[in-house]
Amino acid sequence: MREYIPVLLFLLVAFGFAAGTIALSSIIVPLRRNAVKNSAYECGVVPMGDARQRVAIKFYLVAVLFILFDIEAVFLYPWAVAFRQLGLYGLVEMALFIVVLFIGYVYLLKKRALEWE
Amino acid sequence: MTPVPAPQLIALDWWALGAVIALSAGAMLLLLLEFVPAKPGSSRAAVLSLLTLAISAAAVFVARDARRSIFDGMFVHDGFTVFFTLLFCAIGAVSVLLSWDYVRRTGIHHAEYYVLLLCATLGMIVMAASNDLITIFVGLELMSLGLYVLVGFRRAHLESNEAALKYFLLGAFASGFLLYGIALLYGATGTTSLTRMAAFLSESPLRGNPMFVAGGLLLLTGFAFKVAAVPFHMWTPDAYDGAPTSVTAFMSAGAKAAGFAALLRVGLTALGGMPAEWGPILSAIAILTMTVGNVTALLQTNLKRMLAYSSIAHAGYILVALVAGGRDGASAALFYLAVYSFMNLGAFGIVTMLGRGREERVLVSDLAGLGFRQPLVGLAMTVFMISLGGIPPTAGFMGKVYVFKVALGAGLVPLVIIGVLNSVVSVFYYLRVTVALYMQEPQGEPTEVSWAAPAVVALLVTLALTLWWGIQAHDLLLEAQRSVMGLL
Amino acid sequence: MIPISWSLALSAVLFVIGVIGVLVRRNALVIFMSIELMLNAANLAFVAFSRDMQSLDGQVFVFFVMTVAAAEVAVGLAIIVNMFRLRETVFVDEINLLKG
Repeated sequence: MREYIPVLLFLLVAFGFAAGTIALSSIIVPLRRNAVKNSAYECGVVPMGDARQRVAIKFYLVAVLFILFDIEAVFLYPWAVAFRQLGLYGLVEMALFIVVLFIGYVYLLKKRALEWE
Repeated sequence: MTPVPAPQLIALDWWALGAVIALSAGAMLLLLLEFVPAKPGSSRAAVLSLLTLAISAAAVFVARDARRSIFDGMFVHDGFTVFFTLLFCAIGAVSVLLSWDYVRRTGIHHAEYYVLLLCATLGMIVMAASNDLITIFVGLELMSLGLYVLVGFRRAHLESNEAALKYFLLGAFASGFLLYGIALLYGATGTTSLTRMAAFLSESPLRGNPMFVAGGLLLLTGFAFKVAAVPFHMWTPDAYDGAPTSVTAFMSAGAKAAGFAALLRVGLTALGGMPAEWGPILSAIAILTMTVGNVTALLQTNLKRMLAYSSIAHAGYILVALVAGGRDGASAALFYLAVYSFMNLGAFGIVTMLGRGREERVLVSDLAGLGFRQPLVGLAMTVFMISLGGIPPTAGFMGKVYVFKVALGAGLVPLVIIGVLNSVVSVFYYLRVTVALYMQEPQGEPTEVSWAAPAVVALLVTLALTLWWGIQAHDLLLEAQRSVMGLL
Repeated sequence: MIPISWSLALSAVLFVIGVIGVLVRRNALVIFMSIELMLNAANLAFVAFSRDMQSLDGQVFVFFVMTVAAAEVAVGLAIIVNMFRLRETVFVDEINLLKG
């Protein structure tokens, strides 16, 4: 455990610095509340509109499709690791898997699910 | 770095896997066919679905006497699998016939409808054929995901959407329980294979092991949701009511049979008959399911909701057979499931035909006077109602006779008494439909019937089977008994 | 090495949080997230058992569960988004056309 002591010290200093500055500023900084100060901070630019905007529904579609195809990659990793032991059989199985996915992809293209406008 | 041997599949295995392969290929083919524009009003999706289901059934039928364990025992082909595969293919085919005209007149005629129907059927078959908790889970999800979308297939229709949302949220919730149960059983026994679990348990019984008991109960909860047993039935009336009626017919028969198939396989293979701890719990669920289902059905004025509660009650009767347990209990449950599937498909099938165009008539009062204006509809509906009510000479009567006989044989007298009382109660609301058909005058505009040849074929098939199994129940019972032989 | 009981306790806590979330929250999206939490609690239990037993089975199951969960997300989000388009709400209390 001895080698972790520097890390512990580092953490203590980091937290201490953060807590210290916050405490110090709350003590010595003068408080002047006004409308501008209470508004949301947008890098110094005057904020426009509400931050809680509706997200266009198209993003959901893209996100959902991304998740579906993204997660399938998880099966490729164990297959790649054991590729040599699985041999031809594994290759054929994986090819079938990819073909099934590809059919889904082709269907999406056909249904214009990937066109933005 | 020793190479992993590839599984050796003999010719027979390919036949056994035929149903699964055919259904997957059929579903994908239908998706790809979207590339080739069809003529408006073309029935090719429905025809192709029927063909796929026929090929699946035929492939399994060829290998019906074989007993094979494929993919390291994850997929088993035995009498049980054959029985349920044929049942699911038949349910799928009847549903396609019922949907043929219905999806057109309600404006949901898309190839995807049939793709999802095939996928759901595939999921049901995988559930019945799996010998591993993980494949059962994957099959169950395949079925459920297909059904969630099918229930909400009328996208612009508020009720359909609401039904889909409720079914989805509660179904996914149930899947969570099921999966956690599987995880605990895996932790307690070190395997998810049902056969290896049975071997482990016979060496070191885990009676009272908290992880094992909790896992089993969570698993039971998950299945109880899927078969709509009280107190996990809340989704049923809403999902059945809001779904397109052809989908209601399909899921009321298929999803329930698949849930019971998986429950039976897990209970009988892995846990060595239903575990003793389950006896009282299953009895309580059975009593509640029968009673709540029947009593609530009495209050319904909507035909679809009434049939939904009736389907809950029928799950209760099947649970009585499960409590009785053993080979006789399982075969009585299989018999009842087959009979129930067809009479329920028939009853919902008639509801799909009521009304013209986009209009749907689903109230009991909409049936008023229909028995004389449309004699075939009146006759068929009456037969389905007396069969659901368990009155001879119909299949529903024989189903109840077998279930209660087995339960009596197992000494479950109180359960049988409650079951019989419930059957008597149920006759009231089933007969109300018949009374409406023949003894009431229509209020307002009389209901029209949308005739279509495929739906009539489906109706005649279900009608014939309901009557045939009422008179000649022996053959089906023999099949049911043969198919559970391998499980015990 | 972390004892298995710790992982299992965490998994049980996550599962219970998920169940309670489903039961008390009224926003369909939050209910859905709670369900995902339940599935991931099961995943954690699978991995913990798998490591404890020195067998890879449990880890492979997690892949399957993740895939199924992704499919569930796709279907569930589609239903919820469609609901929002029709009704302008995702609160399950306000979704009450079907009853009886």
